[in-house]
Amino acid sequence: MRIFKRVWNWFDDITGISAVLGPLLKHPVPRARKSAWFYVLGSATLISFFLQIVTGIALASGYVPSSGQAYDTLLFITGTDIGRIVRGMHAFGASAMVILIGLHTIRVYLMGAYKYPRQMNWLTGAGLLLLTLLMAFTGQLLRWDQTGFWSVVIAAEQAGRTPVIGQWLARFIMAGDTVGGATLSRFFAAHVFFIPALIFLFVAFHLYLVVHNGISEPPQAGRPVDPKKYRSWYQALLARDGQPFWPDAAWRDAAFGLLVIVVVAVLAIVIGPPELGPPPDPTIVEASPRPEWYLLWYYAVLSLIPKWSEDWVIILGPAIFGAVLILLPLAAGKGERSPIRRPWSFVIVAFTVFMIAYYGAVGHIAPWSPRMESPPLPAQVVGATTGPVAEGARVFHYKGCLYCHLISGYGGIRGPDLTYAGDILTPAQMTTRIYSGGTNMPSYTGNLTSEELSALIAFLSSRHRQPVFPLPLPRKQ
Amino acid sequence: MQQQSEAPAGKQRERRQFLNRLTILLGSIGAAVVAIPSIAFLLGLRRTPQIWRAVGKVSDFEIGSTTNVSFQDSSPLPWAGVTAQTAAWLRRVDDRNFIAFSTNCTHLGCPIRWLAEANLFMCPCHGGVFYSDGSVASGPPPKPLRRYTVRVNNDEVEILTSPVPIG
Repeated sequence: MRIFKRVWNWFDDITGISAVLGPLLKHPVPRARKSAWFYVLGSATLISFFLQIVTGIALASGYVPSSGQAYDTLLFITGTDIGRIVRGMHAFGASAMVILIGLHTIRVYLMGAYKYPRQMNWLTGAGLLLLTLLMAFTGQLLRWDQTGFWSVVIAAEQAGRTPVIGQWLARFIMAGDTVGGATLSRFFAAHVFFIPALIFLFVAFHLYLVVHNGISEPPQAGRPVDPKKYRSWYQALLARDGQPFWPDAAWRDAAFGLLVIVVVAVLAIVIGPPELGPPPDPTIVEASPRPEWYLLWYYAVLSLIPKWSEDWVIILGPAIFGAVLILLPLAAGKGERSPIRRPWSFVIVAFTVFMIAYYGAVGHIAPWSPRMESPPLPAQVVGATTGPVAEGARVFHYKGCLYCHLISGYGGIRGPDLTYAGDILTPAQMTTRIYSGGTNMPSYTGNLTSEELSALIAFLSSRHRQPVFPLPLPRKQ
Repeated sequence: MQQQSEAPAGKQRERRQFLNRLTILLGSIGAAVVAIPSIAFLLGLRRTPQIWRAVGKVSDFEIGSTTNVSFQDSSPLPWAGVTAQTAAWLRRVDDRNFIAFSTNCTHLGCPIRWLAEANLFMCPCHGGVFYSDGSVASGPPPKPLRRYTVRVNNDEVEILTSPVPIG
């Protein structure tokens, strides 16, 4: 031990490190008391970022960022026991980072900690939130399976809707006219060098501001922020009731950070990394690309908004989101911090969390997606193996009706459930609908022979709430 | 030395102002020398030529049928692997006429599938449906399916390679 102490003293003497870092680590922070554990979310986000860097470097040493080979190297990495765990940690670490930065944003917003003098803390944090989402998107893409490939196409198509520069943006995203050899290298460089470099810059500035402005004290109703008096009041608070960050507050950051790492590691070992899809081969048209959970809600929103508003939402949606984040601390930079005096903040947070969770769940089910893998209806559902009803059930499948319409739990849910079609519609009404189609249903005029149509009607008319009788039952209109 | 320290304060301030600007200027030139080629490289997207690619003999395709064909991009990078391929839906209209549809749905670009027995194209993402001629049948797509230029050359069906259709 003595020798270590001597080495340290020598090192400290010629570097002066403890004189610089010591006061920084021991800078006084206000006592947070009951809300102390809310203050660990920022450091936990940073810890999950470090987790991503370390596991990311490990993965990069086994990954070949080439459009032709990346998928094979992922198969290789996932095929080894330790590679599987590291990939799992990187994937769950990404989710952890997204969740933690989201919670941290909510905490800062609810406590009004973005108000004077911490507006720039908020703005750099908003930049970090955006960069984290960019990392999540580009990271999913680097998996470079079928979904990764189509993510590029879909991103390019969305960017292509931007007025004036849309075409150029789309080409820039694909790194050329088509998705090819140059595409993946571009996303690799962004995910591994460019965006992390920006994150480092923003984190450095963010942390500098945390020390410069001091960590915000827990808000109290009836104690509004007055920019003229705040700094002197805050200094007096620290002098009266401050405690050194290290170790009085830091131990909580260490404890919670460790919990995050352990949870990520356990999930990685028990559940493992997300499964790889089919290879990124554009000639395999059997593909149903889906975003990861953190963008699933956005996918759902884009699917459910009216068609005419699509261009506006795709372009203006992210722009408005960004503008709100920027304007918040500038427009509401003083006054009451306590959420009790800002009841709207609870409503906004509850609404946002609910929307992301609800639309995420809806996006997971994706009721708007046809179920194109639906097998033909089994005989016990059809209730016949020969005759017009059985023939109609076959037509119902091979004409694609079943992909969107549910029959006794089989098929898609994009269109109306037709389990009891016979109770709801007369044969004449069915014929009209089949021929005329609708907003979300193609017209089958000229696409059905009269035999096919009558079989289809026979099948649909046999769909009743009651056991099927060969008698005409009274029909509801 | 003696002279310099005795220089009037105004002159000293002028000199510092000049050095201040000079330093910033030198730094900016240095940054530009590094940044310009780097950004130019990043923005220098390859324009690939458009060339004809054969996708099969005329007799390989039945009249009235729609078939999944694939062809190689015009000038793929050696490491592009499978991504150098492009797929298209090729419809033989009559004896000499073909239509080659892009596989990208005009809604958000997802890969559409041909349902041969239903005579429809369907998109798995949001359920966009197109008729066999590529016109919109239902769902969110704003435009008919995009087409590649296709020709028959000495009994070979050939498709003109094109950029991914955007917007």
